[in-house]
Amino acid sequence: MTLAAATQLGAPGLETVGLTMRFGAFTALEDVSLRVAPGTVHALLGENGAGKSTLVKCVMGVQRPSAGQIMVGGREVEIGSPRDAHALGLGMVYQHFTLVPSLNAAENLVIARADAPSVIDWGKEREALEAFMDRMPFRAPLGTPVGRLAAGERQRLEILKQLYLGRRFLILDEPTSVLTQAEADEALGYIRALAAEGRITVLMITHKFREVDAFCDEVTVLRRGRHAGGGRAGDLSHEAMAEMMIGAPPARPPARTGRTPGAAALSVEGVRARDRSGLKSIDISALEVRAGEIVGIAGISGNGQMELVEALAGQRPKEAGRVVVMGAPFGATRGEASAHGVRWLPEEPLRNACAPGMSVAENVAFRAFDEGGRFWLSPSRLRRAAEPLVKAFNVKCASIDAPISTLSGGNVQRAALARELTGDVRLLICANPCFGLDFGAAGEIRARIAAARDAGAAVLLISEDLDEILDLADRVLVMSEGRIAYEAAAAAADRAEIGRRMAGKH
Amino acid sequence: MTGEELGLWGVPLAILAGAIRVSTPFLFVALGECLTERSGRINLGLEGTLIFGAMTAYAVAYETGSPWLGVGAAAFAGAGFGLVHGAICGLRGVNDIAIGIALMLLGMGLAFFFGKAYVQPVAPQLPAVPLGFWSDIPQVRAALEVNALFIVGAILAVVMAWMFRATRAGLIVRVVGDGAEPARALGVDPLRVRTLATMAGGALSGVGGAHLSLYYPGSWNEGISSGQGLMAVALVIFARWSPVNCFWAALLFGGAGALGPALQSVGVTEGRHLFGAAPYLLTLGLLIAASSPARSLAGAPAALGFNR
Repeated sequence: MTLAAATQLGAPGLETVGLTMRFGAFTALEDVSLRVAPGTVHALLGENGAGKSTLVKCVMGVQRPSAGQIMVGGREVEIGSPRDAHALGLGMVYQHFTLVPSLNAAENLVIARADAPSVIDWGKEREALEAFMDRMPFRAPLGTPVGRLAAGERQRLEILKQLYLGRRFLILDEPTSVLTQAEADEALGYIRALAAEGRITVLMITHKFREVDAFCDEVTVLRRGRHAGGGRAGDLSHEAMAEMMIGAPPARPPARTGRTPGAAALSVEGVRARDRSGLKSIDISALEVRAGEIVGIAGISGNGQMELVEALAGQRPKEAGRVVVMGAPFGATRGEASAHGVRWLPEEPLRNACAPGMSVAENVAFRAFDEGGRFWLSPSRLRRAAEPLVKAFNVKCASIDAPISTLSGGNVQRAALARELTGDVRLLICANPCFGLDFGAAGEIRARIAAARDAGAAVLLISEDLDEILDLADRVLVMSEGRIAYEAAAAAADRAEIGRRMAGKH
Repeated sequence: MTGEELGLWGVPLAILAGAIRVSTPFLFVALGECLTERSGRINLGLEGTLIFGAMTAYAVAYETGSPWLGVGAAAFAGAGFGLVHGAICGLRGVNDIAIGIALMLLGMGLAFFFGKAYVQPVAPQLPAVPLGFWSDIPQVRAALEVNALFIVGAILAVVMAWMFRATRAGLIVRVVGDGAEPARALGVDPLRVRTLATMAGGALSGVGGAHLSLYYPGSWNEGISSGQGLMAVALVIFARWSPVNCFWAALLFGGAGALGPALQSVGVTEGRHLFGAAPYLLTLGLLIAASSPARSLAGAPAALGFNR
């Protein structure tokens, strides 16, 4: 098949031929050939470490491939720096936003231009930006600081920025990871429409098979740096794609036991607290988690979930209301937590639940090191206690004396879980426990949380990943603008309704 | 109406005059610190830069006979201190606060060392602009003898606000202040921008020092600054990193500093030392009022890490 070089509107195709990238003895990418036809949306699938980001970095000129060629618009090109990539019309939308939060949209767009004027005539620029927005299928508010935009609006602005800068080949790195399903569908719908018109060509890194089915033309799967398969998106089943990604049939989500939950372990009564900006507040009139059940709180980040966790943990002053654990008022002191078996797994555990410079053994011992009012600590005792835990929870580390900050994200998460799930656990509160982990690690962590529930613990699971909540939780709640906006038993939960509640629609 | 009939009206007038006089070094140091912090770095060394600037300005003005050459030399010396701070902080694992304190002590020490010879001689002073020409009340005329540097500083505050809003350079400083990563994504070298911003901030502090030695109090000695350089850092936080707010905040601090002398001028001498402490109490009070354990600071450049 011969490939057209570009669409009539100038969106180029892209091809890599035998692309290889070695770092010393380690081969991150081996002989990968990939072909993105102009005016299409091409999905790039793969586990963490499969080589997706290495491939993309080579295309964007961040890294120089060890071997192989890159062709843009049918011509072989040399991409030595991101600047070269931009000159060829290649643009990238990163998973973490690259817009500057304190600048507004107009400032962000103008300053991103290579020819930004040294004195900016805002009257003229605003006019030009409005005219540009009128030509686009979607808009973004120009005057609001980007930090105050909702995630969906920011994602739209990221895409608009690439188009404003004249990029015609877009690489999107998990563009919907911070969006609700409705927002994601909307954004991807626009992208697909732009591609269908021939305005852009898109290479999209994603984890979500649903998006591949609905919005992509073709698929390429990488595994351990190699091309593991691909084809037309409509021809591949989810099972086939998952198998290409992990090399084996995927694990099933843990099954629910169907037992009736026991007594209330955690009750939140009329708790009000201010959020970080001090402008908004959370107001939880009633929330109950009973022994032997997982209550999942879904919601888009920034709707008060973190403030709720902080208020429960005593990190954020409450303006009103009270928290009751096992029937007793709970002030989140170390003594109360250990008396009632309350455990925490905050998000980003390396930052929020570990002392990064201290060893794995010491970090694992934080709950128990001073049991019995001990004054002198014995390092060998800490190590002896940590060794079986590290083994049981499958924490991979060079040594348990190594600083915990040297571990990978999944292993830090496992080490934190090893600490929190050992001993008398009656209430576990976890936030985004699988954020940033790959398929394998996430499945294992979820199984452990489910096992804690099956052992009789009450679990409050706060997550931005709706699939995770629907897989694990016995009851599903939605938090929106600081309030509980929806509640249903998992079996009766309606995905579309949850999506609407997450977006703040009633 | 004559001077005697002014009565108690003399107090606010004296405070206003004092505020304008006393606030000028606050204003320059605060504008300098504002620029530096907007780029994502804190320079606590500005107290040292201020004192070294005062010494340099006095010495150069005395040797050349031109106060404006003195101001230029102070700015140049301040930029040098800024360059040292910026360059050292560019190294890996260096803390900008620790370097700032080290440079503060170095600046003071160097100023006292080189300044020994200039304690006695009298240098030419900076001019004042008689903005009170319309009045025939001598007190009003005296109060509105506004020093030239204050006017320069007021204009500079407005220009800096405009720069942050409508120039490429200003936007780039704000981008860098939001973090090194967004800056790199734009192809901007954050280290260079921060070093330049720290140099410019140092130059402004040097000019603030020139006002101390060449206008008010108008002589060089070792006790010339009483922590204005450090208070200016608090002032920038209170002003929420806005140059125009820095101007008003500097006036407020200047007014607090002028409270004691103004009351003395109408014969209130009791609690003189308490009024002398007013600027320091104001600093403490404002910082407490401006912060909250549950809330992040609005307007703080993200790279400073105040809101982590």
